[in-house]
Amino acid sequence: MIISLPKLLSAAVITLKLLSASLIIGLFIGFLFAVLRLNKNPFINKFAYGYSYLFRGTPLLVQIFIIYYGLGQIEWLRSTFLWVILKEPYWCAIIAFALNTGAYTSEILRSAFQTIKPGIIEAGKSLGISNKIILYKIQIPVAIRQSLPAYGNEIILMMKGTSLASTVTLMDITGVAKHIVSTTYKPLEVFLLAGGIYLFMTFIIHNLIKYLEKKYSFQ
Amino acid sequence: MNLLSFGKTGWGDELFYATLMTIAVAVTAMLIGFLFSLIFTPLKLSNNKFLNFIGNTYTTVIRGVPELLVIYLFFFGGSGAIMYVASIFGYFEYIEINAFITGSVAIGIISGAYSTEVFRGAIQSIDKGQFEAAKVLGVSKFVQFYKIILPQMLRLAIPNLSNVWQITLKDTSLISVTGLVEIMRQSYIAAGSTRDPLFFYCFAAVLYLMLTFLSMKLINRLEVKYSRGF
Repeated sequence: MIISLPKLLSAAVITLKLLSASLIIGLFIGFLFAVLRLNKNPFINKFAYGYSYLFRGTPLLVQIFIIYYGLGQIEWLRSTFLWVILKEPYWCAIIAFALNTGAYTSEILRSAFQTIKPGIIEAGKSLGISNKIILYKIQIPVAIRQSLPAYGNEIILMMKGTSLASTVTLMDITGVAKHIVSTTYKPLEVFLLAGGIYLFMTFIIHNLIKYLEKKYSFQ
Repeated sequence: MNLLSFGKTGWGDELFYATLMTIAVAVTAMLIGFLFSLIFTPLKLSNNKFLNFIGNTYTTVIRGVPELLVIYLFFFGGSGAIMYVASIFGYFEYIEINAFITGSVAIGIISGAYSTEVFRGAIQSIDKGQFEAAKVLGVSKFVQFYKIILPQMLRLAIPNLSNVWQITLKDTSLISVTGLVEIMRQSYIAAGSTRDPLFFYCFAAVLYLMLTFLSMKLINRLEVKYSRGF
C-alpha cells in the first residue's frame, strides 16, 4: 500500500495542473458571463443565463464526453488548428472543466454583485467618485470579498471534478489509483490512500480560503 | 432521427429505459441519503464531543473526496469487504453485489453528507425560543419534533434540498463506470455501435436537462406548499 504512495503523489501534480488551469480560465469565463448576466439587454442576458443553465444542469461527465469524443467527429474541425488542442485528452478535460466552473463562477459573481449594498455605491457617488472608479475600487473588491466563501466551495467541487479526467485516459490521482488496483487487486487500500490525498488537498484549500476571508474581512 | 426510433433499429426505447434507470437510482440514492442524514444530523448537533466528531468526520470526508473515487471504492472494494465479513462467519464463496445497489448506496452516502449539512443548517436557524417554549409548555420531545421543529425546518430546508437533489441526479452519471445501464452508459453503448458520439452525448445532455428542469418545477410547487402561512 505504501509502495503506491509515490506514484499517487506524482499523479497529484497532474490533478493540481488540471485544477489550476481550469480555475484560471474558468475565472475569466465567469467574470465575462457575470457581466453579461447583469447587462440590461434581454438578449445578451438570456444568452448568459442559457450558458450557465446548460452547464449547471448537465453532469460534468457528459460535458467531457461531448468535447473529447463528440467534437472529434466533426470533419471540418479536424482540418483546423483547433484539432491540435482537441485531440489531446488533457486539453479537452481542461476545456470541459473551465466551461463548467465558469458557469458556476458566473453565478457566484453575479449574486455577489447584486447583493452589494446600494449604500456603498451611493456613498461613492456622493463623494464625487466617477462611475469607473466606483466599479474598479468599490464594486469589484467588495464583490470578490463577498464571493470568497462560495468560490472556496467551488474550488473544492472543481478539485473533486478533476477526478473525471481519468475517464478520458488521463493519469491523475484517480486514474493512477485505478491502474494500480487493476494490477495489485488491492482496491480498499489504494482507493482509501487516494481519498486521503484528495482529503488533504481539500483541507489545504479550505484553510487557505478561511485565511483569505479573515485577511480581507470588513471589520 | 432514425437513431432515436423505438424498436430494434433505433435507440429510442433503450434510452427511455435508461432514463427510467437514472431516475430510479437518483430517487433511491436520495432516500438512502435521507436515512444517513437522519442518523448523522443528530450526531452533528449533539453536545457530546465524540458523537459530534463522528458526525463531522462523515460530512467532511465524503464532501472532500471525489464522487468517482467513492463509487470506485464501493464497486471494487465493496464485494471484497463483504466477502471478508462473510469469511469471518465461515462463508467463502464469491459474493457479487448488484451494480444498482452498490451505485445507489455509494451515491446515497454522498447525497446524505450534503443533506445532513442542509438539515443541520435548517435546525440551527430555527429560533431557540421555539425549543424553549415547547419545553415550558411540557410538550414531549416527539411532538416537539414533529409538530414544531419539522414543519419549520422543512420550509428552510426545501430550497437547499433541491440543490442536493440536482447534485444527486447529476452524480448518477458516474455510476456508468460500473456498467449499470443508465443514461450515460446507454449513450456510450449507442455511441460506440453507431460511431456517432456527438449526437448521443448531446442527446444525453438534453435528457439530463429535461430531468433537472422537470424536477425543479416539481420542487417549486413543494416550496410553495410548505411556505404557506408564513
